Amino acid sequence: MYVYDQYDQQIVEERVKQFRDQIRRYLAGELTDAELLPLRLQNGLYIQRYAPMLRLAVPYGNLRSEQLRKLAQITRDYDKGYAHISTRQNIQLNWPELEDVPDILAELATVQMHSIQTSGNCIRNTTTDQFAGVAKDELIDPRPWCEIIRQWSTFHPEFVRLPRKFKIAVNGAVRDRAAIEVHDIGLEAVKNDAGELGFRVLVGGGLGRTPIVGSFINEFMPWQHLLSYLEAILRIYNRYGRRDNKFKARIKILVKALTPEVFAQKVDQEWQHLKDGPLTLTQQEVDRVSQYFTAPAYETLADEAALLASLSAEHPGFGRWRMRNVFEHKQPGYAAVTLSLKPTGTAPGDITDKQLDALADLADRYSFGEVRTTHNQNIVLADVRQADLFELWGELRELGFATPNIGLLTDIICCPGGDFCSLANAKSIPIAEAIQRRFDDLDYLFDLGEIDLNISGCMNACGHHHVGHIGILGVDKKGEEFYQVSLGGSSGRDATLGQILGPSFAQDAMPDVIGKIIDVFVEHREEDEPFLDTFRRVGIAPFKERVYAANH
Amino acid sequence: MQRIIKNGVVVDESWHLLPQDTPFESVSNSDDVIVPLSMWLEHGRALTVRDGGLGVWLESDEQIEDIADDLQHFQVIALNFPVFTDGRHFSSARLLRERYGYKGEIRAIGDVLRDQVFLMHRCGFDAFAIRPDRDPEDALQSLRDFSVTYQAAVDQPLPLFRRRAQPA
Repeated sequence: MYVYDQYDQQIVEERVKQFRDQIRRYLAGELTDAELLPLRLQNGLYIQRYAPMLRLAVPYGNLRSEQLRKLAQITRDYDKGYAHISTRQNIQLNWPELEDVPDILAELATVQMHSIQTSGNCIRNTTTDQFAGVAKDELIDPRPWCEIIRQWSTFHPEFVRLPRKFKIAVNGAVRDRAAIEVHDIGLEAVKNDAGELGFRVLVGGGLGRTPIVGSFINEFMPWQHLLSYLEAILRIYNRYGRRDNKFKARIKILVKALTPEVFAQKVDQEWQHLKDGPLTLTQQEVDRVSQYFTAPAYETLADEAALLASLSAEHPGFGRWRMRNVFEHKQPGYAAVTLSLKPTGTAPGDITDKQLDALADLADRYSFGEVRTTHNQNIVLADVRQADLFELWGELRELGFATPNIGLLTDIICCPGGDFCSLANAKSIPIAEAIQRRFDDLDYLFDLGEIDLNISGCMNACGHHHVGHIGILGVDKKGEEFYQVSLGGSSGRDATLGQILGPSFAQDAMPDVIGKIIDVFVEHREEDEPFLDTFRRVGIAPFKERVYAANH
Repeated sequence: MQRIIKNGVVVDESWHLLPQDTPFESVSNSDDVIVPLSMWLEHGRALTVRDGGLGVWLESDEQIEDIADDLQHFQVIALNFPVFTDGRHFSSARLLRERYGYKGEIRAIGDVLRDQVFLMHRCGFDAFAIRPDRDPEDALQSLRDFSVTYQAAVDQPLPLFRRRAQPA
């Protein structure tokens, strides 16, 4: 993964110094709460329900083992011994003291980490496929492009006082595992007839209060012009995006108001001025960044299909885990492994200091010292030898990382909700746990196949409920916590937003509601049809009928 | 007298910033004045034949395209920040410098605070009327917050990736 040179390091160290002084001035009464607000948010610092929350940047989800060890130490020294993986592949600390934050940032800087632009009205962490560089269906490795965008967007002088937050995702594969269509900008790598690389550019997607699937405004932007084109989009947004109402300030509202066609024209007019200027990317820079993302020192191995099949037959638990948590690798003899952070009884995405330390050791021993966080709030070891899978599985079981539920109903995406977040209308973690307890029969879970269940504690939609096959949204009804259910959302290619089932439910009704939805699915399912396909075939009516039928 | 930051030092302000509703008839012939855009659009010809210096100021929702053909008349262009979180004029300043080649003073006025000046300077502002309840000498220090930047901007014509590529 990317390694800082002296420039990157200097910027991060100067940031620590700057933020230390901002906190000093705040504590001395020289900065008001309102004046500190955007400064601390653009450093990932929220003032939460019980304590501040600090969101640390994990650029496009990449972490090295030394960084994991530093994170483990920070959670011990400054927090309560655990951290949380967010749906933007970042890491959150729930209990730091405000006064300690500059010291935490100084510690992070020693391992090339920071919390720059993890919140606030600026360009956030660029996200991508957790299987970047190893997926068989990959056209290009998106990580060098994410890093190029990271550098361009870090302290961009013109775009740090935007109307609202701004999220970019990049996909380089046939399957979209980065949910690019629900981002402010989605970039998809494509090649033209001459075999040259470019990007298909989508704008105006997003979840939150007004969920919208974005529109593609450019089918092929040659890679050399990527940054100048992004700069043109951001400039149009910065100048013309609404600032009178924060709920209408995302770029999606501007794109919708102008229409995607007119928005595209405005961007193109702006881009004509920027095109071929100093922002034009050079092959030299792409090569410089790409050298950090070359394949690790793989051994020449053969696939171990026979060995793995016999181990799976002998150890059904291993077989189940392999079916759900092991992902095909483009390098013969290797596999990518997803560590589930969704065992029942743990808040989805939470990881303890001991687990972080253990993970660092696993990364060193099994996967070239690197891991990736995923937007589904799990962790990936991307380069494991197939011959090591059985041994690794044993270690993962000891550590609580081996729940074989990736992609299944209990692999729930869930925001921290009302237990932590001051924006939330309702708790989300207890809902996730109640559903996990209800569906604790692994055989049944496996039979149900892939179901994305996403929970958000408020309409800001950090839990991506709109694009869950089953989405759950916490709402406030006269001071009580209720939950609205939607069905049929999807974050992949041709993303769709879920349809609302009907009136919301009380917390204790939720496991039964999900149970009835699953029953209807099972009754209408044809053979091994996935939930989403069944839903698209039969529509929402039979689900509605069952869930709202009078009890008798 | 207000003290403002100009070209990296704090100086006494000698220009008069005329509020939005100033009657044109009351504008002195010899003072250095910064007039609202509406006055310029209505009385531009008369303003240019005065003896005193001339500048124009824009609200955050006013477009620099409206003065793009008139830049030679202005010694100062002041851009107003009704709140410090409004970033529209960050783009305006860059466009004035980079697209329209404006060489005069670009001044930030309104809710101008220390923690914005580094970025504003990068966008082409060279004068800062720091909010009167804050000390401009303090704000000066933040012009040096960073010694390395990734992007091309007004203060640095090449992005870091082009500078990295140059031999040391």
